[in-house]
Amino acid sequence: MKILTGNDLKSGAVTWWDGVQWSLHVEDAVDVGDHADTILAREQAALRVNAAYAIDAVKDEQGVRPAHIKDRIRALGPTVRPDLTLKPADPAAGDWVI
Amino acid sequence: MYKYDTYDQAMVDTRVEEFRDQVKRRLEGHLSEDQFKPLRLQNGLYLQLHAYMLRVAIPYGTLNSAQMRVLGDIADKYDRGYGHFTTRQNIQYNWIQLDQTPDLLAELAKVEMHAIQTSGNCIRNISSDQYAGAAADELVDPRPYAELLRQWSSFHPEFLVLPRKFKIAVIASETDRAAMKLHDIGIRIVKNAAGEIGAAFYVGGGMGRTPMIAPLIREFVPLDQLITYSEACLRVYNRYGRRDNKYKARIKILVHELGKDEYTRQVEEEFAHLLTQGIEPPLAELERIKAHFPDPAYDPAAPDTLDRSDPDFALWVDRNCAAHKQPGYMIATISLKPVGGIPGDATGEQMRLMADLGRDYSFDELRVTHAQNIVLPHVRKADLYALWQKLDAAGLGTANLDRIGDIIACPGLDYCSLANARSIPVAQKISERFAAKQADLGELKLKISGCINACGHHHAGHIGILGVDKKGTENYQLLLGGCEGDDTSLGTITGPGFSEDGIVDAIDKATEVYLAHKQGDERFLDTYRRVGMAPFKEAIYE
Repeated sequence: MKILTGNDLKSGAVTWWDGVQWSLHVEDAVDVGDHADTILAREQAALRVNAAYAIDAVKDEQGVRPAHIKDRIRALGPTVRPDLTLKPADPAAGDWVI
Repeated sequence: MYKYDTYDQAMVDTRVEEFRDQVKRRLEGHLSEDQFKPLRLQNGLYLQLHAYMLRVAIPYGTLNSAQMRVLGDIADKYDRGYGHFTTRQNIQYNWIQLDQTPDLLAELAKVEMHAIQTSGNCIRNISSDQYAGAAADELVDPRPYAELLRQWSSFHPEFLVLPRKFKIAVIASETDRAAMKLHDIGIRIVKNAAGEIGAAFYVGGGMGRTPMIAPLIREFVPLDQLITYSEACLRVYNRYGRRDNKYKARIKILVHELGKDEYTRQVEEEFAHLLTQGIEPPLAELERIKAHFPDPAYDPAAPDTLDRSDPDFALWVDRNCAAHKQPGYMIATISLKPVGGIPGDATGEQMRLMADLGRDYSFDELRVTHAQNIVLPHVRKADLYALWQKLDAAGLGTANLDRIGDIIACPGLDYCSLANARSIPVAQKISERFAAKQADLGELKLKISGCINACGHHHAGHIGILGVDKKGTENYQLLLGGCEGDDTSLGTITGPGFSEDGIVDAIDKATEVYLAHKQGDERFLDTYRRVGMAPFKEAIYE
């Protein structure tokens, strides 16, 4: 599947296109098929996302998983600071990242 | 240390307000990201893996306590409670919000700091010896010369759009503690046979994907021609440096392709022309700057002895303290490399503590080292024990300077959008694995980069590690034999790379080879140079 990711213009936070808006959570990401360029142009023009791009990902029973390690790390946060990730209370949250 | 005059302050304040307007226009949609990106980069603001990252300049690594305190406050107020001291003697904040950046920069400006020219193809922060003004082996304090170069290079209209970024280091000691020969220009302040002070110029060094050691192109430039000669070096580069390929755009490539002799000939030709143009600032300006760097008011009666009865303290003194030019004083290095910690990171609270300790024990001065530690340059020997106790209580008393645990590591793939592999977890594993063995290994400088850009100086490590992307998986190449000091050398790759755990095992084997072959007081590097790669390679890949 193809999913879209970028950064919030104001906060810089990593975001994922959920079909309607930009979510902080990669599990909300949806397959955009062949519409990546159209969505990216529209959303960046509207200042709803910054530096956005399309990536490959897979979806299984665990959720949406970006194909590349760099985007998996983006999805959760720095592997060396679990306290700063999106799920600081869940020590197993990053098991799928590396 | 240097104090801004009204002109310096006005420049920085004006730049803050200019950037405030640019941020406003970006947030309102009047500037596209393509238009805004070069503007934010000129103010040190990157968009990294998780958020905006701000790199703040610390000229030649020198800070006063008020500045360090503000850096700590910024970590808490604008970031997530910490900052990362870098190999350029700067600090980076990893979680900055765009709309808050102008206010942050305004707070920095109040203590004479900024983030200008910490990115982009311009002359970056001038680096120097962290022991400047204190070292026992120093000819003169190199910082006035670094400051003169900083003023010359700030907003220099001709050199704001160079083919590529440009890094200058200035030292004035026999011992090179600033990796001077691995800079675009390395300047060593020297004395000639006539007893005059001048500058030796090494040009065309660097790390990155094509590491090179800078050759000496001129043994002596008189002080009243320092800026003119620097300008000549830059002009030749700006004119002929490649702009068609960013990977071949650094001055090291130009010097290499032209050859040292031809590059030097062109510089000398340009230099002769520039001497007719009268661009050199008057020596009075250098004297004005020098007046900002007086010796502190040392206590001439400071006792020159130490009570070493506490063995942990004695170990810390032996590892982390260096000889001072003033009897009764020492230079103390605060390691930001606790066992299992993140190299170079400090919390806001730790920064404020270091600010207080700088104020109370070091004449209000601190330094950032390119090895990502903090130096208190002027500590009375009689105060060292009290200082160490306070550091130790705050987790800042690790005794490992220049040992295997004192690892230089770039942020790597945990933070950096350019990285191919994580650096920090590897550093943490090595730090933990070798903590007990550290004392036996003696001086051993280990450096890790998460990509070929070499921000972690892996080429210059006695042991270097380069993280690469191997079909989507992190892989780590091992290098041996690099060195950044007086006998600068570049590391050699041992062979095929390793996994994250495999690289730690490989280093363990390399250290065993060292211990087996070590003669007398040889360092790891000395043994490697004597016996060569073969026994190491044999053990590592057995």
